[in-house]
Amino acid sequence: MAAVQGGLVDAVEEKDIKSEPSNDGCGNSNANDGRPPSTSPGSSASAGSNTSAAGPPEDQQTLLAVLQFLKKNKLTESVDILRREAGLPDDQSGGDSGAGSGAAAGDGNTEGGDVSSLLSRVTTASSAVAPVAPAPTKVVAEDQPDVNVVLSAYSQQGDPKLYPVYYSGLKRFIESVLDCHRAELSQVFYPLFVHMYLELVYNNHESEAKAFFDKFSGDQECYYEDDLRVLSSLSKREHMRGNETLLDFRTSKFVLRISRDSYQLLKRHLQERQNNQIWNIIQEHLYIDIFDGMPRSKSQIDAMSGSLAGEGKREANKAKVYYGLLKEPEIELPLDDEDEEAENEEGKPKKKKPKKDNMGSKSKKQDPNAPSQTRIPLPELKDSDKLDKIMYMKEATKRIRLGPDNLPSICFYSFLNAYQGLTAVDFTDDSSLIAGGYADSTVRVWSVTPKKLRRVKSAADLNLIDKESDDVLERIMDEKTSSESKILYGHGGPVYGISFSPDRNYLLSSSEDGTVRLWSLQTFTCLVGYKGHNYPVWDTHFSPHGYYFVSGGHDRVARLWATDHYQPLRIFSGHLADVTCTRFHPNSNYLATGSSDRTIRLWDVLNGNCVRIFTGHKGPIHALAFSPNGKFLASGATDSRVLLWDIGHGLMIGELKGHTDSIYSLRFSRDGEILASGSMDNTVRLWNATKAFDDLETDDFTAATGHVHLQDNSQELLLGTYLSKSTPVIHLHFTRRNLLLAAGAYNP
Amino acid sequence: MADREERRFAEVSRDSVKLMAESAGVELGDDVAALLAEDVCYRLREATQSSSQFMRHAKRRKLTVEDFNRALRWSNVEAVCGFGAQDALPFRPSKEGELFFIEDRDINLVELALATNIPKGCAETLVRVNVSYLDGKGNLEPQGTVPTAVQSLSDDLLKYYQQITRAILGEDPHLMKVALLDLQSNSKIAALLPYFVYVISGVKSVSHDLEQLNRLLHMVKSLVQNPYLYLGSYVRSLVSSVMYCILEPLAASINPLNDHWTLRDYAALLLSHIFWTHGDLVSGLYHQILLSLQKVLSDPVRPLCTHYGAVVGLHALGWKAVERVLFPHLPAYWANLQAVLDDYSVSNAQVKADGHKVYGAILVAVERLLKMKALSLAQPSEGGSGGQPGSAVGAVGYRVSSPGLSPPPEPLSEAALGIASHLQAGGAGCPWEEWTPVPLPAMYCELYSFFGDSLAVRFSTGPGFGSYPPCPPSQLADARKEPCGPASNPDTARKMPQLTANLNISPRQDGSPRTDPPPPSLAATGSGRSLARSSSSSSSSVQRSKSSLSRPGQRIAGPSRDVFPKARFTSPQTGLPVFTFLIGGRQMGRRCQGRRPFQTTFAPTPPIPAVPPRAYAHKLPVIGRVGKPVRRWACSHYSLHLPL
Repeated sequence: MAAVQGGLVDAVEEKDIKSEPSNDGCGNSNANDGRPPSTSPGSSASAGSNTSAAGPPEDQQTLLAVLQFLKKNKLTESVDILRREAGLPDDQSGGDSGAGSGAAAGDGNTEGGDVSSLLSRVTTASSAVAPVAPAPTKVVAEDQPDVNVVLSAYSQQGDPKLYPVYYSGLKRFIESVLDCHRAELSQVFYPLFVHMYLELVYNNHESEAKAFFDKFSGDQECYYEDDLRVLSSLSKREHMRGNETLLDFRTSKFVLRISRDSYQLLKRHLQERQNNQIWNIIQEHLYIDIFDGMPRSKSQIDAMSGSLAGEGKREANKAKVYYGLLKEPEIELPLDDEDEEAENEEGKPKKKKPKKDNMGSKSKKQDPNAPSQTRIPLPELKDSDKLDKIMYMKEATKRIRLGPDNLPSICFYSFLNAYQGLTAVDFTDDSSLIAGGYADSTVRVWSVTPKKLRRVKSAADLNLIDKESDDVLERIMDEKTSSESKILYGHGGPVYGISFSPDRNYLLSSSEDGTVRLWSLQTFTCLVGYKGHNYPVWDTHFSPHGYYFVSGGHDRVARLWATDHYQPLRIFSGHLADVTCTRFHPNSNYLATGSSDRTIRLWDVLNGNCVRIFTGHKGPIHALAFSPNGKFLASGATDSRVLLWDIGHGLMIGELKGHTDSIYSLRFSRDGEILASGSMDNTVRLWNATKAFDDLETDDFTAATGHVHLQDNSQELLLGTYLSKSTPVIHLHFTRRNLLLAAGAYNP
Repeated sequence: MADREERRFAEVSRDSVKLMAESAGVELGDDVAALLAEDVCYRLREATQSSSQFMRHAKRRKLTVEDFNRALRWSNVEAVCGFGAQDALPFRPSKEGELFFIEDRDINLVELALATNIPKGCAETLVRVNVSYLDGKGNLEPQGTVPTAVQSLSDDLLKYYQQITRAILGEDPHLMKVALLDLQSNSKIAALLPYFVYVISGVKSVSHDLEQLNRLLHMVKSLVQNPYLYLGSYVRSLVSSVMYCILEPLAASINPLNDHWTLRDYAALLLSHIFWTHGDLVSGLYHQILLSLQKVLSDPVRPLCTHYGAVVGLHALGWKAVERVLFPHLPAYWANLQAVLDDYSVSNAQVKADGHKVYGAILVAVERLLKMKALSLAQPSEGGSGGQPGSAVGAVGYRVSSPGLSPPPEPLSEAALGIASHLQAGGAGCPWEEWTPVPLPAMYCELYSFFGDSLAVRFSTGPGFGSYPPCPPSQLADARKEPCGPASNPDTARKMPQLTANLNISPRQDGSPRTDPPPPSLAATGSGRSLARSSSSSSSSVQRSKSSLSRPGQRIAGPSRDVFPKARFTSPQTGLPVFTFLIGGRQMGRRCQGRRPFQTTFAPTPPIPAVPPRAYAHKLPVIGRVGKPVRRWACSHYSLHLPL
């Protein structure tokens, strides 16, 4: 039956994915993903390369803790792998773990409630992957030592009275250095402030911590305001245990990029003053990415900072990304159709079109940046897919060429009487269907064309029809069920993400109830519920080639799924906070995730590695869009800015300011000339993407150092601002002919 | 606990924790309670923090209880029940201290269950598409001409709409009545409102057809009276349609045979009704209406019928509107009107007739102005206080000039008041631009300079303003009369004895048997009609007493009576009716270019009860078409007999 897809991919290919040897041991579908986020590819890799003295022991401690955890859950194979990879001696870990498990057995029950949800997350993650693990629900009995490891670094005791002295001493020093160094060194303030405050709180110096906070919180950059608010609410050691944000802050190193000269200056100062307190914090909790050359300016620093864990390391963005597009499959155009359509002399259209296609595919073959066609096993095209491709090409020939002088028309799809609360919208690629996800857990699908939605007949009725007839596809449909819209019931919480499959046979929805559901648009029933996140799933997105999809949620990981597997194929962990939006690269080999830790990460589907970390947003990211040529990424966040990124170089290349509220939707026009952004401020704005990308001169120096020079040219790039009638724009879509569709719920 | 300045968050106090513990039957020590309180605060903050992301992902700006409950649920805490309503929950402050609570009213389920107005179910969720921007340019079709309804019309509604409009605009008066009645009481036509409003806005296209205009106005009236309709911003549209009927020189008014005057009267009443009942829906509506009326009044190029409309409109809006707009305009306007009225050429006859209409309308308006103003002054003074703050200026000014109840001689009073008003007017150089309330006596004097005794005679002298019911006609016939000498008229000296000598019998209780005319209201149509009858009959009959000027010194009633020193009767007499004939003349005043009628009253010493009142009827110059049947919605005290 049409409802089950899966069979297209060979089982062999499938195995390929699953047993792909992981480079890092993390983020893959085998049990290694059981590590806490602190060992995410980015941080662990760099932690290894870090020369600072404090790195290895702490790492080892963490590793041991993980090991212990794995042992406790009887994941012996994983233990072996981890031990082998980390190069831990057997005897040491054996002794350690024995003690650890003893302690766990003793303390587990009494203190189980205090255990951070960090580990519970890990447990759920691993349990979803490895069926051996206990229950997929929150496991309370976790090993106590690990949490202590996490928090232990704060146990060093300094004189609480001296903290403000230390801090203001450093402040004075930084204010007195040369201007060119000051901006760079000022970056130290925020992480230092947070860690000093947490140390005070951890050591139960409540009043000192409060005084410290009041004295210095005003000095911090305004974009840290949200974090400071969380911080200020925390005044007890007990509170720290359950606070995930702070655990993240602790377990990950705050990354700063500082020029060698500035760093030397700071180091010398601290050593002269014997300021061990601060020096220790810098050693243990900060990662200072030192580069040679000119110090960066304040604006350069501001453009890149703002995330929960500082900037991305340069190394993190060095991996090669095959951002090119895959070669389009060659499709023999059914000439008969063409003739009917074109109604021209018979010869001409026949010849022209195949030629064009050949040209196109040839040029794509030569794209050096494209991944190999088989890098990721993709489903074979079905006949219906081929027909759709043909339709697409036909439509593409009628596409309007957009530009600054030729702006798209905008059609607004208003959801009226959406009392239930519209939370997500998606259009099919051919713009024939529109679906809305609601806060009342329903999903509604509308037909935008006059063609009504029909169900397939029941099995009994299907037996009766003549399967040999030409119009069998028409006959299987039940005319009685024909209607303009259908409602899909099944979720147990608000539907936050929704995505059509490219072939229009399926619909994905992700919900607060922790599941992703796959619905058939033939029968309008739920086919699969993908369980694994166990926490609200904020977003889901189908791969442009179908079959795969990605989901991301409150558990801070993104998962790659295939429609015919009820378990995820990959788990992408590394974000320090919720994964708020997910999107596939046009070539399906990569996917981007935006998070409320204010970073964007690009992941390699093949091996689960994080290949890019983009920092610069000052608020949770809620919209992502790849340019059609795959080279660029646009992101929108609650800071009401759109940022543009060069994927190949791993650089920020543009900042589009103009919106006055959170941006919830972004879309490039079909040719990539125009970027449309929709926001809570009830506007759609069009930006000149061509200009933004063409003006770019990426010299080798910028590429090497990662220093961005952003011009403030938002106003030149803004082509138009279009108001809706009190309707927040929560989805945008360009039809194949470049008509812009916008959607939102009317809020009278 | 921390000082208030240091508080960054809402806090649950130690005492609250203790109290809650006690209610659960647990005794808590101070330190435990303090620790618990602090922890509770922290947990609340944490939950709030995490609830905000549910809001963000639901793409809302408002944090709902639902969001908070979700956050609680995910942290394994029981959700808070009972606050699931989507509407905003307004907090109410308690009287003592900083305590805010949500109002939780009892709901009478029986009442709810037996309620006859069944709430409308919410409409189906649907998607509508419209091309908002074509080629990146705004939608060229002007938006807002046809208001777009959010709900699409069902077939039934559409049918209803067609039937109703057909009935109202059709020929059958009975059908029309039924349709209007239904429109007035139907509770399910909210979705049709924009369409009806649109139909009504079609008045501009039928300005040649009085009948249609009337019907459309009736439609407005029905809509306005429908208690189930929330007019919202459509009020503006309705008002503009009604204003059109009041003010525009309608095509129908070209033909003098068309009675567009009553249409304007009716529209004016309707306007005031809309304003009084729905004026709060649109902010600044009153001011806008006044502005447009003022604009019309101050434009001399406009035809007299539009001026008439503006005056009746102001009148309908209440005496304050008249005082604000019409009164300051009067001196400027008077010249134009005077010129029209003084032109005796045949070609001017029609215009002159129109002029008389305007004259009458103004007279009625200012009469009510004076009466109501006097009333507003009288009431506070009766209360014994120093008068209402709003009207204190006039009242105090007057009391200063006439202390006690002993009235000074008329000229003196006038002079004194003149000074007083001058002082009070203060820096307001142009009274009609920067408006300051003119004290009543000064106002009266000024008005008197325009209207003369035709104004004065319009005031009834029933004992005590407004406090007595109107006298029945039979009583009027033998009401107290009192001869009055011409000498009492202060203007006599300036008056030339050149009489145009229209024998004028000014009605004493003329046209206003009610001493306190209620604000025009359509609800009072029934009684208004009877009043109209009585007034028209009394004005067309001679069964009226002749007014005279009261003698100074004979005032005895409350202080409000002093306000009308020239239209004064003495105490009620129940003797023989004494008729006073009054001969009014007029001449061009030099001083203020006004119309200055003067009157000579003579009282035949022998009463002439023999003269049947009706004998004089035919002699009265009548302007206005009283001969025509008065429409039932017309408020007849506009159609006046003007003393010439």
